[in-house]
Amino acid sequence: MGDINTAMTEQYRNNFLKEVEANVEEGQWVKMCMQCGVCSGSCPLGPAWEHPPQEIFMMIRAGRRDEVLKSESMWMCTSCYNCIVRCPRELPITHIMHGLANYAHRLGLAPKMNPTRRFAKMFWNNLTKSGRVNEIELSVGLYFMDGFKTGIARAWAMKDIGIGMLKTGRLNPFGFVTHKGCKDKKGIHKMLKKAREIEDRRKGFAA
Amino acid sequence: MARKEYSFYPGCSSERLTSASNYMVSVEAMCKKLDVQLNEIPDWNCCGASIGYAEGGELPRHVMNARNLAISEQVNKGQDVVATCAACWLGAKETKDRLAEDKGLLAETNEALREAGMNLQYKGEQEVRHMVEVLIEDLGYDELKKPVVKSLEGIKFAGYVGCQTNRPFGIAGESFENPKYLDKLVEMVGGEPVEKYDQKVTCCGGALAFSEPEKSQAQIKKIIESAYDHGADMIVTPCPVCQMNVEVYQGQINKRYGTKFNIPVAYYSQLMAVAYGASAKEAGLNGQIIRAPRLEEIAAKAAR
Amino acid sequence: MADMKIGAYVCQGCGLGERLDTKALALVAQKDGKAHIVREHEFLCNGQGLEMIQKDIAEGVNRVVIGACSRRAKAEAFSFENVAVSRVNLREQVIWSQPATEEARELTQEMAADYMRMGCAEAKKVSAPIPNPEHGTDRRILVVGGGVTGMTAALEAARAGYDVLLVEKTGALGGFMARLHKRVPYREPFADPQATGVEGLAAAVMKDPHITVFLSSTTTRTSGAPGRFSVDITTESGQTRTENVGAIVMASGFTPYDAGKLPEFGYGKSPNVVDQAGLEALARDAAVKGEPMRRPSDGQEIKSVVFVQCAGQRDATGTHLKYCSGHCCNTSIKQAMYFKEQNPDIDTAIIYTDLRTPGNGEDFYRSAQRKGVIFTKGKVASVEAGGSGPLSVHFHDLILDDKAATMKDVDLVVLATGQVPNSGVNIDVPVGAEDIDAGKPAEQAVSVLNLTYRQGPDVPQLRYGFTDSHFICFPYETRRTGIYTAGPVRRPMDIAQAVEDATGAALKAIQSAENASLGRAAHPRSGDLSYPSFRREGCTQCKRCTVECPFGAIDEDEQRYPQFNEGRCRRCGTCMGACPVRVISFENYSVDSVGSQIKAVDVPDEFSEKPRILLLACENDAYPALDMAGVSGHTSSAFIRTIPVRCLGSVNMIWITDALNSGYDGVMLMGCRHGDEYQCHFVKGSELANYRMSKIDDTLKNLNLEKDRVRVLEVAIADIGRVPELINDYAAKIKEIGMSPFKGF
Repeated sequence: MGDINTAMTEQYRNNFLKEVEANVEEGQWVKMCMQCGVCSGSCPLGPAWEHPPQEIFMMIRAGRRDEVLKSESMWMCTSCYNCIVRCPRELPITHIMHGLANYAHRLGLAPKMNPTRRFAKMFWNNLTKSGRVNEIELSVGLYFMDGFKTGIARAWAMKDIGIGMLKTGRLNPFGFVTHKGCKDKKGIHKMLKKAREIEDRRKGFAA
Repeated sequence: MARKEYSFYPGCSSERLTSASNYMVSVEAMCKKLDVQLNEIPDWNCCGASIGYAEGGELPRHVMNARNLAISEQVNKGQDVVATCAACWLGAKETKDRLAEDKGLLAETNEALREAGMNLQYKGEQEVRHMVEVLIEDLGYDELKKPVVKSLEGIKFAGYVGCQTNRPFGIAGESFENPKYLDKLVEMVGGEPVEKYDQKVTCCGGALAFSEPEKSQAQIKKIIESAYDHGADMIVTPCPVCQMNVEVYQGQINKRYGTKFNIPVAYYSQLMAVAYGASAKEAGLNGQIIRAPRLEEIAAKAAR
Repeated sequence: MADMKIGAYVCQGCGLGERLDTKALALVAQKDGKAHIVREHEFLCNGQGLEMIQKDIAEGVNRVVIGACSRRAKAEAFSFENVAVSRVNLREQVIWSQPATEEARELTQEMAADYMRMGCAEAKKVSAPIPNPEHGTDRRILVVGGGVTGMTAALEAARAGYDVLLVEKTGALGGFMARLHKRVPYREPFADPQATGVEGLAAAVMKDPHITVFLSSTTTRTSGAPGRFSVDITTESGQTRTENVGAIVMASGFTPYDAGKLPEFGYGKSPNVVDQAGLEALARDAAVKGEPMRRPSDGQEIKSVVFVQCAGQRDATGTHLKYCSGHCCNTSIKQAMYFKEQNPDIDTAIIYTDLRTPGNGEDFYRSAQRKGVIFTKGKVASVEAGGSGPLSVHFHDLILDDKAATMKDVDLVVLATGQVPNSGVNIDVPVGAEDIDAGKPAEQAVSVLNLTYRQGPDVPQLRYGFTDSHFICFPYETRRTGIYTAGPVRRPMDIAQAVEDATGAALKAIQSAENASLGRAAHPRSGDLSYPSFRREGCTQCKRCTVECPFGAIDEDEQRYPQFNEGRCRRCGTCMGACPVRVISFENYSVDSVGSQIKAVDVPDEFSEKPRILLLACENDAYPALDMAGVSGHTSSAFIRTIPVRCLGSVNMIWITDALNSGYDGVMLMGCRHGDEYQCHFVKGSELANYRMSKIDDTLKNLNLEKDRVRVLEVAIADIGRVPELINDYAAKIKEIGMSPFKGF
């Protein structure tokens, strides 16, 4: 992954905006921001962002590549879409934030220990394994993400919720074994592999 | 034949023994009373949800959704696709919109789709709709009221619409800041909506309830507190993530903040099922971690 | 007039008949008002009613009193040739301002009766005005300035069929517009710079048979009045010819603020720092040569350009221009596009604090963003100019709050300096003193019009050196009747706005010349035939009228008596209000015509608990607001007696002292807002009234009366709900301080 980062840095020397436009989902919209700050004011986790979206846009234009891509900020997005519906310039801000996070993650620059990044990766791997989410495997995986000991502690803290879910029939205790997922798992895997290949080729990640 | 038929995309959380299985149970009861037939898309897969972006990227996410829509086009010809889950609806609709405006992305999507079985090709023939849209637009409040046999009179509901049923698409004719349809549905079944529920469209934290529990629970606390402040007996919502987050973390929030939250959180479909005369079980009320005794009472009563 | 014959008419329509005893009112007109003929009619403004009045006029009635609706309604129906008409407002300000209850009936009737008495009293003191015999009839339009504003004004006036004289200081038409490479777009889709079209415009002016162009010429003397201005036009070589015109449009434009005052931005230190005008020159040169724009210092390729907005503008320190020039953001966007057109890879950054893109500039702004122009919210601190090398722009990034932000390796910096109006001499600043607003010593200014008026050689200025204009109602007017300013001399603006301005000003000039040729007033009393005259034997030559006239209409003759230039007069009556010996009057408006109305009111004795409050209301805003309050069903105190005045400036102090002396319990004055944001239709009238009223306290003290016996209020035309509140508040106040001790004397 580090190689891609170096390649990208060289390709877009000093022009982070162009790099974002080429490689980040909906990145071509970044230049259209008019710096009103409505997005930052509308974000439910606004105060948790080191650089709220308004600043991120400004930083991209100012070429502050590392600061943006290594930031925890985009990982605070809850996908509530408040910024999108309120943006007077109709920028798809949520998608741009997703795109930036994804790009940073692909380049290996995203903060390693960021919990949302880790959960998101686990989630995708979980759902693509069988085509459908296996909730018990996902929850247990989440608790034991940092090893067995912390996992036990987390699971213990969450036990009331788990028991509640089990009792009301909203969690399958045997899901590890019985979760079936899609029938055409093989096809889905092949399809996703292909999609990834195409995207990598288009964005210049393949080389 | 049923009076309405749809191609149905239930989504992962609606499966048996999953987090929103009670939603699914109540939707089935509701649709039965309304004579609406849901034809499940065979071998549907996960939409990727919002959080899928980080690892999934762009094209793989669209391909996942396109597979469902392509199967639907092939099997449930001429029917609109209906989703009950906000994230499923959003994911599928986003894919449909994006592929409609970007021919390059459409070609790439179909290139990948060919790798899957069933000889699929996505054409973009079918509309992607939320169950609430179908109820309000295809049937209308008047039709929806007809099967009501029990009134939910005396129960005050905080209509928590949340994010993804509301933004960025929302329900036609509703505002993003103060959508009214949930309140209207509550009124329709005889309940009393909280008029000025100021946390109606506040984010519960979504997937960040898992990864950033403190931040997420601070959001959920606001949502519940405002419901209590306005005298609500229950919270009602159209979204599985909203329902789960607002219901199951109440215990943890109580520990964290010293609150004494214990408010039931139901789906609109559960309210309608009960009003239509379904039993507590048929309405999925046994799926509530925080039981909804007043709804159960009404469900147990004989219809008038 | 010996054979004065008053006809008084009381209408019963619009509910008047039900709410009032019209028979009693007719009797009041007959007994107290001494009307010779009194009649009631069920529908006075219909054909039958009017015919009835006409018949009486034919039989000798020469003063008509109409007891019906407001003077603002049915004005045409109730106007009769050569007959003075007094309107008694029984509808809007009596029955509609009082509750329709049985209990209120008595007070409502008393109110109506007083107004009938007042109407009859006024009728005795006024006569139908006869047009000013001194009026001029020249209808040619003089346009001063040959830029886009002047050319447009000339063409618009010519198209309307008027002959135009166009005077341009330089040797060619075009003005600042001719110095531009392209202009900000004015047509859909507002996406790219457009050709200025200045050559076409100049050619159209040159070949228009109605327009005579004087190049390399200035106006060296302007005298006279609307309809009879006399103007000396002098060429560079000193040849002068005198022309007569009916009205003048002054379109003398602007000068870019001197970038030499901004050394911190590197201007003067490096040829690679230019102002917006400098960049236009660069672009024009390149276009003429068919080459790309190059770095001025060494002719190298330009790879990076930074635009500094608000350079020497919106300056809070008082060093530079205080205001925003409005066009510069769009202009910088346009200029950034010059570079994007040359080569999309040229980095162009616009550093702004607030991007202001009026008109369709929002679309233009988006277009620039699409083209890749970078917009950075920041405040530029300095431009580091190391000789002919690349520049560094240091700025405070306001979004990231980075005080040490820098853009390096910049080839060209463009400073967006503002517009300084070419408004000539500031007549309010003594010669030699510093003109603080304009930021330059007053003596530097060269007069544009060289008016021979006693008030000074140019039109008055309002703020920052821009000419005064009534921004709400009459945007192009100046306080010199018949002279209209347009374009950036009036306020900062761009080409599109200047074109609009020019059209408006041309039409106002035409109106003014036409009105003058008929001996009528210009706006706001457009069509008024009355004009002030004075009783010479009573005049003490105090000069208050000449000094206070907002329009410079009054000069002094050789014997130092006031000399009225009727054509310049707006008929506001400020001179009448000013005159301490009360010798100035109009045929239809005088100290006596209002004074006798005040005295005609029946003032009940101290023990009646029926106070009387006089309300002198400006006819432009306050009186319509009172009417509309009635229309909207707002009720207010029945103790009010309202007299409309032309302007608070026309209020003579004698009215107030007379009212208080004759037992009124309070006097209210309602006029327009004054000061920098004035709304006075006569610009200075309400300000002068306020100044005069500030001295009323002494008078009250002399009469041993409370301060609250007089109240001056600012009222706008939209204050429909507020006006009744003001009245009721004051009525409550009067109740609190008690009845006047002057009753019954």
